[in-house]
Amino acid sequence: MTQQFSILEREDFQKLIDVLSADGYQVIGPTLGEGAVIYDELTSIEQMPIGWTDIQEGGKYRLERRDDDALFGFNTSPQSWKRFLHPPSVRLWQAHRTDEGFELQHEPIEAPRMAFLGVRSCDLHAIAIQDKVFMNGDYLDPTYKSRREKIFVVAVNCGQAGGTCFCSSMNTGPKAEGGFDLALTEIVESRQHYFVVEVGSEKGQEVLHQLPHRPAKDSEVKAADNLLKKVSKQMGRILDTEQMQDILYRNYENARWDSVAQRCLSCANCTMVCPTCFCTTIQDVTDLSGSHAERVRRWDSCFTMDFSYIHGGSIRYSQKSRYRQWMTHKLATWFDQFGTAGCVGCGRCITWCPVGIDLTEEMAAIRESEGAAPKPGRKPASAKP
Amino acid sequence: MLEQELVFEPTVAEPMLPEVFRIQRVKHESYDTFTLILEPSNGRESFPFKAGQFNMLYVYGVGEVPISISGDPNQPEMLVHTTRAVGTVTKAMSELKRGDVIGIRGPFGSSWPIQEAEHHDVVFVAGGIGLAPLRPALYEIIARREKYGRIVLLYGTRSPDDILYHDELEQWRARFDLEVYVTVDYADKSWRGNVGVVTNLIPKAPFDPQHTVALVCGPEVMMRFTAIEFLKRGVSPTSLYLTMERNMKCAIGFCGHCQLGGYFICKDGPVFTYEQMQTLLSLWEV
Repeated sequence: MTQQFSILEREDFQKLIDVLSADGYQVIGPTLGEGAVIYDELTSIEQMPIGWTDIQEGGKYRLERRDDDALFGFNTSPQSWKRFLHPPSVRLWQAHRTDEGFELQHEPIEAPRMAFLGVRSCDLHAIAIQDKVFMNGDYLDPTYKSRREKIFVVAVNCGQAGGTCFCSSMNTGPKAEGGFDLALTEIVESRQHYFVVEVGSEKGQEVLHQLPHRPAKDSEVKAADNLLKKVSKQMGRILDTEQMQDILYRNYENARWDSVAQRCLSCANCTMVCPTCFCTTIQDVTDLSGSHAERVRRWDSCFTMDFSYIHGGSIRYSQKSRYRQWMTHKLATWFDQFGTAGCVGCGRCITWCPVGIDLTEEMAAIRESEGAAPKPGRKPASAKP
Repeated sequence: MLEQELVFEPTVAEPMLPEVFRIQRVKHESYDTFTLILEPSNGRESFPFKAGQFNMLYVYGVGEVPISISGDPNQPEMLVHTTRAVGTVTKAMSELKRGDVIGIRGPFGSSWPIQEAEHHDVVFVAGGIGLAPLRPALYEIIARREKYGRIVLLYGTRSPDDILYHDELEQWRARFDLEVYVTVDYADKSWRGNVGVVTNLIPKAPFDPQHTVALVCGPEVMMRFTAIEFLKRGVSPTSLYLTMERNMKCAIGFCGHCQLGGYFICKDGPVFTYEQMQTLLSLWEV
């Protein structure tokens, strides 16, 4: 019988970082900084948010102490893994003036070999979605592809759901079902602290072999299962996805867009923290002498006026149209484009909206405006906080 | 949803890197429009494209814009773009001269239904600079004239000064197998032709609605009303083709700027059937 699950003890966790580093990976994982959990380069377990958790609500994020020493006792980091696979700023090429005009210089792509430590299931799905955007069409994005192909993924199953989480609604979690090399479930009990390890690939198997581990007992696997069952019932938000696409297509004109526009600041925070939002703009830059030019690609947001500008003005000049574009893209048109929703239920857009606009609430309001009764267990969207 | 098997098959390794083309000739079409005739300068001998496709044109140090190709697909040794100087990049482009170089990426996007239109009457409706993206299709269809029924060009501009491709229009109008009607919104004393919007020409234009393919390019509002006139005459929404315009930064479906509903104008368009656009065109600010 093949051994499916293994146990990695908490005391040996540093060795996972060490093994990955020794294998030539730059290990990226949760660190404590800037009052938040930040994914950053990790060399020591000491950098991790040991014993910290996050409280997330619409427009609210706070770190709080836990009463244990969990390594992954928080929910989502403000920044997703997007910044490592689809970096916020990439130089695409350079150009130099010559006697003949100008010549273009291709930009060598040097992708770091990264190991992502602690990828949640929602974010694994977000990576799968960006794969479809950047690697499944007629064109490939060389930056994304070269980084993506080299990553080693250590998924971490969520031991708790946050106040803005709704992965259960989107079928994207809380358990990592694929797309990882290793998946861990952290079990913190009064006398023991260990990780149930699932292997997802040969690479994962090789890494596990270099770590002190033992086969998991049935009781330990069961403890992990029970934990995940509990988590899936803890979701702070619910999104009813039934006929979501059709409802949005029927409601391009709906008074709800006007009301959300009165609160939306068009700040673009939701698009920056969203793990699937992929839009970029380009900037053409020259030096003072004009002998050197280059093009840089930067993250962009559909909430800016420039985004849809063509001669004569912006196509989406009202806030209402820009919010409508964003939400309709996430929950409806994304299906037409990539065969999946553009939302994984991570809740970041809700947490990081300065005015607490809630995608799930907006979707429910539009649904209810068609006469649907509010789902049980959910406060009616019309009841304003 | 999670797919382990990813397809890694590039068609172009560096789709964002332009190629350098040299300007062979600049032709001033009107007070604010000009045509660039370009030749490849990197050992490439031709630039094959389909009628209706577009390129991204880069002016050194200024920026890049999407411009439809307006030359003849059967003469791929030359690359022809007609542009109106309206923005930062196109204004800088209008100052380029013979011998200057420009960056080109492309060709991108869908094309006019040249094959599908065979054995049909073909009606071209152009508004203003909208004649430029239609011209490659006109060339193709005229080159294989015997394969088509009646060929009609309805062309509207703001004023007589805005008329593009003057000489060619005169040549086409002189042919017995092409019907060319030109109208202007505002006439001056020299003008002896039609006055009014181009949509006024559709009810009287000679074509058989049941066997017609219409190719339309112009401002969105003009295309909306043009479509209504064609539908009134009984042309099917699937035989009516439009070409759409949106902000574009990449032209390969990555930057997100050109989205219109579920479509990316750059890769699903720019040429669409009216059936695809019908609902979207009825909405504001999508």
